[in-house]
Amino acid sequence: MGLTGYLVVSILLFGIGAFGFLARRNAILMLICIELMLNAVNLSLVAFNAFGGQGEVTGAIFALMIMAVAAAEATVGLALVMAIIRTRQTAEVDEYSDLKE
Amino acid sequence: MLATGVVGGGLAVVTLRNIIHSAIAMMVCFGSLAGMYLLLGAGIVAAAQVLIYLGAISVLILFAIMLTQAGDANLPAPFHRQVWLAAVVTLVAIGLIGWVAVTTDWGAGAQAASVLLEELATTLFTDFALPFEILSLLLLAAIIGAIYLARRPEEDERVN
Repeated sequence: MGLTGYLVVSILLFGIGAFGFLARRNAILMLICIELMLNAVNLSLVAFNAFGGQGEVTGAIFALMIMAVAAAEATVGLALVMAIIRTRQTAEVDEYSDLKE
Repeated sequence: MLATGVVGGGLAVVTLRNIIHSAIAMMVCFGSLAGMYLLLGAGIVAAAQVLIYLGAISVLILFAIMLTQAGDANLPAPFHRQVWLAAVVTLVAIGLIGWVAVTTDWGAGAQAASVLLEELATTLFTDFALPFEILSLLLLAAIIGAIYLARRPEEDERVN
């Protein structure tokens, strides 16, 4: 599998994540879909790194940093979702319509 | 095989009705991704993927699901009403990006044997030392923020 194969897998995963983020109603699942999109980007970075030449490491370092940022994002995002669920008693995002009323 | 795990796991995440099943499909997807990193010769990234995603984020998400879901009874409809619009937008986006990625000549050489750990460590702690330190500050801020957000509010500041 060459560079193009890895890129196609990465693009498919990113598309799946974007679709899930737009279409699903559950707040926690939307966070999972963000993780899928971040992972897709990581895959493309590591693939470019592997095919970019011998002894190249920048792509791998970027992937590691994205992972750290994704961990921070997941922590704060889940804490926010838990706080919202505690006051609204539901995880469905289209029930959060207080501002509309 | 691994690509099937990644894409199939991703599809299962967004289509399965029960959110616990979605989370387990997500773990399959992340595990297959770790295998792909190994194939690409990036062993350190594969190890970090297993530790951070399979070990930490998956457990965090499973805990969050178990704290918030009442049970399997009367699962609500998983999708918004605008699911078809979302599907069309996503397919157009995948098509455009995929067309660009496939038709562009990336000038790719042969696949490198593996990422050299020594080289990676040297670069990380010299060229990328400042981003590394900023990252540690970001993680500290995330920990404090998460504790602040997740604690139970005091009686006098409770909303609603």
